[in-house]
Amino acid sequence: MVSGLHKSFGRTHALNGLDLTVGTGEVHGFLGPNGSGKSTTIRVLLGLLKADAGTARLLGGDPWNDATALHRRLAYVPGDVTLWPNLSGGEVIDLLGRLRGGLNTRRRAELLERFDLDPRKKGRAYSKGNRQKVGLVAALASDVELLILDEPTSGLDPLMEEVFRECVQEEKRRGRTVLLSSHILAEVEQLCDRVSIIRNGQTVETGTLTDLRHLSRTSITADLASPVADLPDVHDLHVDGTRVRFQVDAEHLDAVLKHLSHAGVRSLVSQPPTLEELFKRHYETAARS
Amino acid sequence: MTGTWHLIRLILRRDRVLLPLWLIILAALPASYAASYAELLPDDAARHQYAVTTAGTPSFESLLGPLFGDSTGALTAQRVGTVYAILALISLLTVIRHTRTEEDAGRRELIAATVVGRHAALSAALIVVTAANLLLALLITVTLAGSGLPAGGSLLLGLSMAVTGIVFAAVGALTAQLTENAGPARGLAIIVLGGAFLIRAAGDPADSWLSWLSPLAWGQQAQPYADEKWWALALPLALAAVLAAAAYRISVGRDVGAGVLPARLGPAGSASLASPFALAWRLQRGLLLGWSAGLGVAGLAVGGTASAVMDAFADNPQLADIMARLGGGASLADAFVAGLLGIMAIAVSAYGIQAALRMRAEETGLRAEPVLATATGRVPWALSHVLFAVLGPAVALLVLGVTLGISYGVSMGDVGGQLPRVIGAALVQLPAVAVLTGLSVALFGLLPRLSALAWGALGAFLLLGQIGAILQLDPLVLDVSPFTHTPRLPGGTLAATPVLTLSLIAALLIAAGLYGFRRRDIG
Repeated sequence: MVSGLHKSFGRTHALNGLDLTVGTGEVHGFLGPNGSGKSTTIRVLLGLLKADAGTARLLGGDPWNDATALHRRLAYVPGDVTLWPNLSGGEVIDLLGRLRGGLNTRRRAELLERFDLDPRKKGRAYSKGNRQKVGLVAALASDVELLILDEPTSGLDPLMEEVFRECVQEEKRRGRTVLLSSHILAEVEQLCDRVSIIRNGQTVETGTLTDLRHLSRTSITADLASPVADLPDVHDLHVDGTRVRFQVDAEHLDAVLKHLSHAGVRSLVSQPPTLEELFKRHYETAARS
Repeated sequence: MTGTWHLIRLILRRDRVLLPLWLIILAALPASYAASYAELLPDDAARHQYAVTTAGTPSFESLLGPLFGDSTGALTAQRVGTVYAILALISLLTVIRHTRTEEDAGRRELIAATVVGRHAALSAALIVVTAANLLLALLITVTLAGSGLPAGGSLLLGLSMAVTGIVFAAVGALTAQLTENAGPARGLAIIVLGGAFLIRAAGDPADSWLSWLSPLAWGQQAQPYADEKWWALALPLALAAVLAAAAYRISVGRDVGAGVLPARLGPAGSASLASPFALAWRLQRGLLLGWSAGLGVAGLAVGGTASAVMDAFADNPQLADIMARLGGGASLADAFVAGLLGIMAIAVSAYGIQAALRMRAEETGLRAEPVLATATGRVPWALSHVLFAVLGPAVALLVLGVTLGISYGVSMGDVGGQLPRVIGAALVQLPAVAVLTGLSVALFGLLPRLSALAWGALGAFLLLGQIGAILQLDPLVLDVSPFTHTPRLPGGTLAATPVLTLSLIAALLIAAGLYGFRRRDIG
């Protein structure tokens, strides 16, 4: 979809050779700390920004030159939906749907019901969450191949968040492709087939969640028969007498366990890496670099 | 009141450019009027003649206010009549911008959750605007007294302006409490101002008690440089205090974010909103209707007095000369209409710029992005706004031409003959207006961050037109303004070259803007 993308704003390098591939029919999680370039990438894909270097292909076309034709086949929800103060929510949904080339009126009614949204309120009267709902209904009620969602659930309450997840899963069953930028890990875990993690405008990790877990560290707490002075290839080692606590990368797990059994293991608790740790690790290195 | 001082500093920081700018412009206007009167009407006889003429011309008093006496100071005090209205408008808008707009945008919450009193936001806005008005009074006093006018009258004139600004700041403070959103609050306050203007415009020519009902009239009724009535300043101050007290009362009793008047519901959907043009119509129609109606009323009001002007000015060659310099035509009445249309053209250009820069507002407000992420191309999106920015002024000028033509025709006893002439003369202003629209589109497409420069260009052209003729500047300098090239109609000759050249320049500017907009980043 995207490879080697570069984009600068003045002296700021927002994208620095970013790669991103989203397969047809998959829900792809797009993650990264604030300011890492997620929204910039999405806006390049939408043809709103022109990349300085690199190539971007979207649904087989060029996002900049074929913008209008491609936009018929996709729907976009920004992270902060802004509405015209004097247009009602229903009018905005109809407008965006029609400009996209059509709206499924039955689905529109169903979505309004499920998201519990009053379409008669004027844009200025909606709360943040309700503005997001207007954007979501407008996008989900369109018959399109690709949904580009940029932190779409910001401001939604947990019940509505749940409705959103159901909707995305339905879209997936219909064979639609979804690019979902999100900070909500439970959402990503539940919905996404694959994820890409970016930082400082570069892709640092991409793959299925299982792949990523595999790449990541297991936390181990053990009571040993005799104390160990040092363990090779472990992280965050805490030694308290015969009790050790550390994290270990998957490829070193076997060697480290051999070390432990050498010392004699009385009890051992192993925790698989949680997504949260996984992301924190990536985000923290981003903050440090 | 805790935290008011911090909020005052916040307002001053945010308005560090705007506030000094309008203070300087408004402070410079009275002195520049006084200087031009001193130059144009140097002796008592000329001033007396002018005063008599003006007294016989109701439209002058309607537009500017009453004239008390025939000294240069008194003439200046009448001439600044429109400045009262401008100051009132700026004051009420500033108060609303720092109260309801903040609340509407949700920024007030951020502030309200800190150690800030319930009254702080309203107080800070009122204090800043009041102080600015008083500073303006000081500046006006100094510049007018410095130009040789009596110090007492100058101080009264300055203060009479300041108290007018303060009354309307209080009007803004009150309407900001009434509605939930900034737009309706502004609308309501502007309706109050418009009503005050109309009452004054109706009362002043008749020297009627009606004028005393309008807060906009009180300033001039203090009669600076004439029968100075200092007590008249107490009226606006008292009203301002009452209005501000009401605003505080409501402010204390209501929730943050809430209004007193209910917000209305809209339709649940729309079958007709299906194209970028339909969206542009929804966003632009208010401007179009407002400008057309305003110019239509203005045309009716001033057209009827053209023949009176002609009668009054006919036996004063010096004034006839001034009018001819402004209007440049053959018959004096024609020159009056032509001069009027020249001024109206500047106002209509403001509409053109406003309509064109709505695109920039849509972009920076992030409302363009979702539309451009649909199958709507950039050029169709921009063109649907440009259409309104070009044809909207055309419609407004046509309405002006029709109402002015009818009222002028009636006063001349020849509607059939005058109507087409005046309509033509109104429409011939369009190319110059379109150049300003084109400039706005070009800036939007090529230098979006500098879009507001279009307003600066309009201001410069306005100054060139107003002061340039009087100061007899180098023609090359005057030629920079597109309005210099508009044929002086009715009365003058219709030259095709300038009309076509201006139209071509406007078209090229628009094309350049669209070209740039297709190629640049959005946002």
